[in-house]
Amino acid sequence: MEAVTATREARQVNENQCQHCMPLGGVIAFKGIEGAMVLVHGSQGCSTYMRLANIEHFNEPVDIASSSLNEKQTIYGGEANLCRALDNVFRVYRPRVLGILTTCLAETIGEDLQRIVGQYRQERDLGGAEIVPVETPSYAGSHTEGYWAATRAVIAHFARPTPKHGRVNVIVPHISPADIREIRRILELMGVEHTLLPDYSMTLDQPYGGPYRKIAPGGTGTEAIGAMPGAPCTIQFGTTCPDDLSPGRYLEQEHGVPLLNLPLPIGLENTDRLIEALRQHGGRPVPEVLTRERGWLLDGMADAHTINAEGRPVIFGEPELVLALSGLCAENGAFPVVIASGTHSSRLAEGLAPMLAEGDRPPALLEAPDFAAIEEAAGAAGANIAVGHSGGKFLTERHGIPLVRVGYPIHDRIGGQRILSAGYGGTLAFLDRFSNQLLETKYATYRDLRRQEFMD
Amino acid sequence: MATNSIAAAVPAAGIDERQHSIITKGKVKSRIHCTDDSLAGAVSQRACVYCGARVVLNPVTDAVHLVHGPIGCATYTWDIRGSLSSGPEMYRQSFSTDLRERDIIFGGERKLAACIDEVVEKYRPPAVFVYSTCVVGVIGDDIVAVCRAASERHGTDVIPVESTGFISGNKVVGYRAAAEALMRLIRPKEGEIVEPSRKVNLLGEYNLGGEKWLVERYLRELGIECNVAFTGDSTVAALKQAPGACLNLVQCTGSMHWVAMSLEREFGTPFVDINFFGAENTAESLRRIAAFFEDEEMAARAEALIERETNRIAPVLASYREKLAGKRAAIYVGGAFKAVALIRQLKDLGMEVALAGTQTGKQEEYDRIGDLLDEGTVIIDDANPSEIERFLLETGVDVMAGGVKERVLAYKLGIGFVDHNHDRKNCLAGFDGAVRFAHEVWVAACSPVWRHLRPARETD
Repeated sequence: MEAVTATREARQVNENQCQHCMPLGGVIAFKGIEGAMVLVHGSQGCSTYMRLANIEHFNEPVDIASSSLNEKQTIYGGEANLCRALDNVFRVYRPRVLGILTTCLAETIGEDLQRIVGQYRQERDLGGAEIVPVETPSYAGSHTEGYWAATRAVIAHFARPTPKHGRVNVIVPHISPADIREIRRILELMGVEHTLLPDYSMTLDQPYGGPYRKIAPGGTGTEAIGAMPGAPCTIQFGTTCPDDLSPGRYLEQEHGVPLLNLPLPIGLENTDRLIEALRQHGGRPVPEVLTRERGWLLDGMADAHTINAEGRPVIFGEPELVLALSGLCAENGAFPVVIASGTHSSRLAEGLAPMLAEGDRPPALLEAPDFAAIEEAAGAAGANIAVGHSGGKFLTERHGIPLVRVGYPIHDRIGGQRILSAGYGGTLAFLDRFSNQLLETKYATYRDLRRQEFMD
Repeated sequence: MATNSIAAAVPAAGIDERQHSIITKGKVKSRIHCTDDSLAGAVSQRACVYCGARVVLNPVTDAVHLVHGPIGCATYTWDIRGSLSSGPEMYRQSFSTDLRERDIIFGGERKLAACIDEVVEKYRPPAVFVYSTCVVGVIGDDIVAVCRAASERHGTDVIPVESTGFISGNKVVGYRAAAEALMRLIRPKEGEIVEPSRKVNLLGEYNLGGEKWLVERYLRELGIECNVAFTGDSTVAALKQAPGACLNLVQCTGSMHWVAMSLEREFGTPFVDINFFGAENTAESLRRIAAFFEDEEMAARAEALIERETNRIAPVLASYREKLAGKRAAIYVGGAFKAVALIRQLKDLGMEVALAGTQTGKQEEYDRIGDLLDEGTVIIDDANPSEIERFLLETGVDVMAGGVKERVLAYKLGIGFVDHNHDRKNCLAGFDGAVRFAHEVWVAACSPVWRHLRPARETD
């Protein structure tokens, strides 16, 4: 099977965006570090927009500071504003880690972030707090690249040569807090000690109760990150992550930690691959509870396979999630007709090829498309169900293709942070949402369709 | 600042430079510090110039809105407003020139021109608004020249919106950029004549939840026809008829005062400030409009409408007043116009306003806000989450009215929330809007969920 690859390079204009900007991904990665606060070096609007996008998705306070550059600093340099911003953030938030993300504005005016931060560190007594600057100009990539860049920068900042220990490094791509929790549960059930990074499963989905904290409790501790070089191996759910941004590749190259790049444990085969890897890396035999959950998933797959076979999904979003969801759909006989990832630097095509080999028709594969391209491809391919984030709402509104919401952002439904698709249980939960969406359409239309077919 | 030991024992929420932006009515004689640039690192709730410009122009339904900049600026503003259209849906698309590294280095003018050509060819829109963003301002793309050339090439209006974000974090600067773009669009070209009429324009009415349609219905009952709204449910052709109106009614003063003054200066059209939020304000506004026309029959029709509607909603409002009596509220919104309207409505519901603030209020507007409030009320300009947290807890309010960013914080503190943001889906204007607002306040303040959440209310 050969995928038909189309890009929107023929067009210059981007019509209805499928991706966010680079610093936004960096913000989410930093929210997964214990005691961390973020500051966006640029104009005030950037931080406010990122706050809005995150708040609407996670339904949690997401504070992001800004160096609030104005006209004068844009011309003469933003150093004074940045230092003042750092002072104020340290005073009010008292972070243990402060991530600084640049914007297109800061990068374009040529701010020397490393020098400014170096000097700031010398002048101030930060009481042990750390500053981690990351370059994330919006024009250089999407939020997916920003997320990887920040995660890699955090590791590069904290990782120290460490004596060997037994804790496996687990690096997750941008997924829901619920999925992170499920992955952690599987690690625990398999008895695999680990350092999971970045862990925003609590910070961006904080249970109610207790005193409100400006920096939500949770996140990966910096000591644990510092010791990642001593791990027996790194499991990274980042098969589409380019090497120059790959946190796992960094640990391998700089500290010799073997890297095992796995697809996200979403779907039966992908989850099996994780369980098998964990068993091999010192985990205990598969516990009864996971065997049972796998059994329920198999049972569900059998129950729904004839329904799912009617699905002609258009799948879009971040590459790692798109890869896993495409596999899930394909292994259930719902072969994707359009696969689109919102970024250029993905290795999506090679990952997809084997899993789609059984399909009766090649899917259209779109790299870094806009929704105008996705809608067009979905129409041409006769897609009847969409899988992805809220950006796909026009597929429903204008083309009547229902959308199974998963990924980021989910801003027109509640509970984006709780959408669970990982592990055997999460896969079954996703599959039920998918199958039931097909059934909903079927029951809403089959009487009319049959009437039209035979009576008119 | 040369102080060492940043994490010294400064009380949380305390940034010295912010203290003059927070006053307590009655306690402080000095006026509030406002309209400044936001303090770096203070986590201001403000946005940018582009945001302000986009808010004002976005409801022009049949125009293409093309954002000249990197992808993010467009993504963040794709179809996020609640402005409704009676026809065209073009404004719900988000167009971006998607600038990349090479464009930043070599300049983005050619790409912009190509993008304009593509959208014009594909959609033949009556106008294209081209918004500049931060980077475009820095690399010095001449969007005015590119737009002028494109206008000539296609024989359609391609209007530059000079909204480079870094000029200010204050949306008001963006309102002005949008206002200039609007004037550029509607100014009759040589040989064009706009016939004068007895119709009125509605300025600063964005048709959120159909609010323009409601106001239009009231005006029709008075015998007045609406020409066009700036910019709710407007089309380019309708906007170009704006100079023909005999009167401009200005609803959101923050965004539209400059336009009203420009229209008066250039076309001699007088303007009247109105406010259709809350029953009292609605009644006052209808009277003011009727008075302008010096028409006794119209005045009588206005009185009949006011009496009928007031009587109709009185029992419903009374029942909400009973439920809400003595409850305390906080307000933090974008502009002072909305703050004033909210204070009046909440007080009319028998509630006490314990905290009021805005992102972009001006000195005179804060004076007006102060006049409406009781002694001891905290007034705050350009607040940040940490200050909002502190004052929500100190004032012990039951409910807060504001935008999305405040909602999640209020909920974490066990406080109800009323959405008065630009993305709302319900009509909150006029007499029916007053009832719906009362209902929303009641839902927020008195929901049974708080019974379970409030005992946990505390902070560190």
